[in-house]
Amino acid sequence: MGVIETYRLRLRRKRYIARAIRKRRELRNVVNRTKDVKKGNILAFSTQRNEKVRLPYFLEYYRDMGVDHFFIVDNDSDDGSVPYLAAQPDVSLWHTKASYKGSRFGVDWLNYLQWKYAHGHWTLVVDPDEFLVYPFCDTRPLPALTDWLDASEIKSFGAMLLDMYPKGRIDAQPYKEGMNPVEIASWFDAGNYTITPNHTYSNLWIQGGPRARKFFPEEPNRAPALNKTPLIKWDRSYVYVSSTHTVLPRGLNKVFDDNGGEKASGVLLHTKFIDTFGLKAKEELERGEHYAGSVEYKAYASGLVEDPDLWCKWSEKYINWRQLEILGLMSKGNWA
Amino acid sequence: MTLGVVMLVHNALHRAEQVARHWAASGCPVVLHVDANVKRKQHDAFVEALSDEPLITFCSRHRCEWGTWGIVAGSQAASEKLLHDFPEVRHVMLASGSCLPLRPVQELVDYLSDNPRTDFIESATTSDVPWTVGGLDEERFTLLFPFSWKKQRWMFDRYVAIQRWFKVKREIPKGIVPHMGSQWWCLTRRTLSAILTDPDRPAYDAYFRKVWIPDESYFQTLCRLWSTDVQSRSLTLSKFDHLGKPHIFYDDHLQLLRRSDCFMARKIWAKADLLYESFLTDAAHAMKKSEPNPGKIDRVFSRASELRIHGRPGLYMQSRFPWGQWNDSVTCAPYTVFEGFADIFQDWEGWLSKHTDARVHGHIFAENWVEFSGRDKTFSGAMYDSPKLRDYNSRAFLTNLIWNTRGERQCFQFGPWDAQYIQWDLATDPNASIYVITGAWSLQHFRSNADFADIRRDAAWRQKIESEHLHALKSPHAKANIRILTMTEFIESPMEHLQTIINDIGGDGAHRLTEAPKMHDLRGFGKFLQTLKNEGMHPYLMGDYPMDDIPQRRSSRPRKPYLIKK
Repeated sequence: MGVIETYRLRLRRKRYIARAIRKRRELRNVVNRTKDVKKGNILAFSTQRNEKVRLPYFLEYYRDMGVDHFFIVDNDSDDGSVPYLAAQPDVSLWHTKASYKGSRFGVDWLNYLQWKYAHGHWTLVVDPDEFLVYPFCDTRPLPALTDWLDASEIKSFGAMLLDMYPKGRIDAQPYKEGMNPVEIASWFDAGNYTITPNHTYSNLWIQGGPRARKFFPEEPNRAPALNKTPLIKWDRSYVYVSSTHTVLPRGLNKVFDDNGGEKASGVLLHTKFIDTFGLKAKEELERGEHYAGSVEYKAYASGLVEDPDLWCKWSEKYINWRQLEILGLMSKGNWA
Repeated sequence: MTLGVVMLVHNALHRAEQVARHWAASGCPVVLHVDANVKRKQHDAFVEALSDEPLITFCSRHRCEWGTWGIVAGSQAASEKLLHDFPEVRHVMLASGSCLPLRPVQELVDYLSDNPRTDFIESATTSDVPWTVGGLDEERFTLLFPFSWKKQRWMFDRYVAIQRWFKVKREIPKGIVPHMGSQWWCLTRRTLSAILTDPDRPAYDAYFRKVWIPDESYFQTLCRLWSTDVQSRSLTLSKFDHLGKPHIFYDDHLQLLRRSDCFMARKIWAKADLLYESFLTDAAHAMKKSEPNPGKIDRVFSRASELRIHGRPGLYMQSRFPWGQWNDSVTCAPYTVFEGFADIFQDWEGWLSKHTDARVHGHIFAENWVEFSGRDKTFSGAMYDSPKLRDYNSRAFLTNLIWNTRGERQCFQFGPWDAQYIQWDLATDPNASIYVITGAWSLQHFRSNADFADIRRDAAWRQKIESEHLHALKSPHAKANIRILTMTEFIESPMEHLQTIINDIGGDGAHRLTEAPKMHDLRGFGKFLQTLKNEGMHPYLMGDYPMDDIPQRRSSRPRKPYLIKK
């Protein structure tokens, strides 16, 4: 990789940081409990819009895992999630009415908050419908992982997005506040993922899963990206480029081994496809605030009207991380 | 009282306190060396907290950084103090703040009393040990290392390079032979005080001060001068990964550690409450002993290193994506590709599944669909019948197919009607067995009712595709197990060839074939080829097919005439 290329990426990184700082004006602080954050704490960053019903389980899941503080940007919710979040003792909350698309799907807002508050901390960037699973997560809390990463001098941890879905119509079983959504959306595709290396950012572009086979069988290149690097020992000079798929400096993207070995990695269980999805898709289509002209939502809307079932007879039912490890979706690497 | 403990601590002081008290409670004196990097306030609080225990004392502090002299200096200071203050100590154990005794202290004391003159220290000459962080083994002792490996890596590497360039070779002090080994030892008072009071010590210290990672070689080397009985093994269990970083123990290792036969283990994760709770008890509360099985620990950790270095071949995923020269096999398991067989035999797939244990697919790379076995829309791993999805990344399609069906051999058909993107991956994959009957595709033309001019054009096109494919199979890069026969060769003795193939696939079905698959009616094929030739095309891939058909000897039963009953 040439010097020019490297320099161009450096400029791009600086520009994204500047952009994030500029976008701070769109954020209005609702509750700031950041002085509770202590050295060594693990921080979670998230944007949300009308996800009240999901939030209790989301917070509980990550609190149990060992996340110490949540930084949440609310994008103009009207379902009562703002007062709910404001009342949580470990949440700092910002509110904005600005365009989600205009902030590059929330990335700018979170980049700013991370720039300001996350320097030197392990940070986890997840949506309220994403649940991190990592090796030994049933017996070791998240700090065990981050301590090990520190000891091994690893700065970023990859966790691919795994789309979960229920058996039968996705709206057959209603989701109630506090429920584990994986109990409803407990199925996934085990082995239909494709990987394309991206040499500019030295990351892997992963596609596939139920969305590719159900909504994009005719134009697979438009299927959504599933590679993610949600857990990073943050530094002020880092910046996410597009969602948590890509981060700069690009060394952080290299969460894979290209010599044949396996690095440790996890999975983000993506529980988007439950009964709340129909409503969400409808609303998002009207707002047009999502990626690539909401092409995904359009495809989903039409696909799910015709046949609202993502399940097939080869779908795999989720059991635990060891199952995902055996299937080859994640790896323990040399963490034993 | 026979055992004293030297403990080096630099963080997780509350755990160090717990372990120190545990030793003291069993009557073992402890001298703590606190890293000079620990803040004064923290240090003072730590000393204060332990002030009620007369058996626990502190020595002067040195700055300890990985790979540098400070760790040895700290051990020396603490050992001197221990030997001086507690004259009844006969063995001294070096431990760190993240070491945990796995067996009751009394057992260790008894064990050492039984071996009063034995020094337990791993100590081997450089040529005999495999751990070489940074590619330095013997050079540790012959170069100078004034820069920090962790903080000044660039300078470290440059300085090593310069010294190599100038062929710098430090002189090793007379009388010593460099040895290396685990940092954690247990020495007798005799050996240890001999090392510490050696009149040549200043010279040795000056030398080792500039050796790289002296904590792995100082005592390991010098003990050889004095000890009468070296047991070259550590009483402390510690496992290292491929980069020389110690593996860490967590709560879920409890059962594993209980079955270790070692007295101590490191490193223990500071927040592994269950481990500390379970092991830091007195003999009365100690867990019932279980059968020692130290091999199991070894297996767990060596498997982890193996996974990190070599991974699972044939798996492509988010944290394993080999490419280039490191990727010597494409898929994870053997599979078989058949070309032309389905054109010659009726219900070839059915026959093949009957005679082997393999899963038999149709043309999974067919242009307009994916012919999974049973013609299902989906297949193992939720693979989907979409040629576009498949061709988007046909290599991933193949590797997924083989990975998803581990334990079951896959067979599929391939031919010039299929999407050809995959052909080089097939040819270069050592897991592939490819059986080709060249020219058999023309039987489809032979049976077709289409206009002859179209047939002629299409046949020429298919022949071209197949000949390019054969070019890949015959290239020097091809690593697959490849067997190419012309159609003529094959038809002369089909059963022999089928028998070899069935034997290659193996499985329970590998027996003497008794039933031949039913061949399509080939009468008139020779004439058909001649017609093609007459039309100016040159069908050569079939071999030298005679104009008057080959008598089909092996499938000898005469064909029943087709009777159409009214």
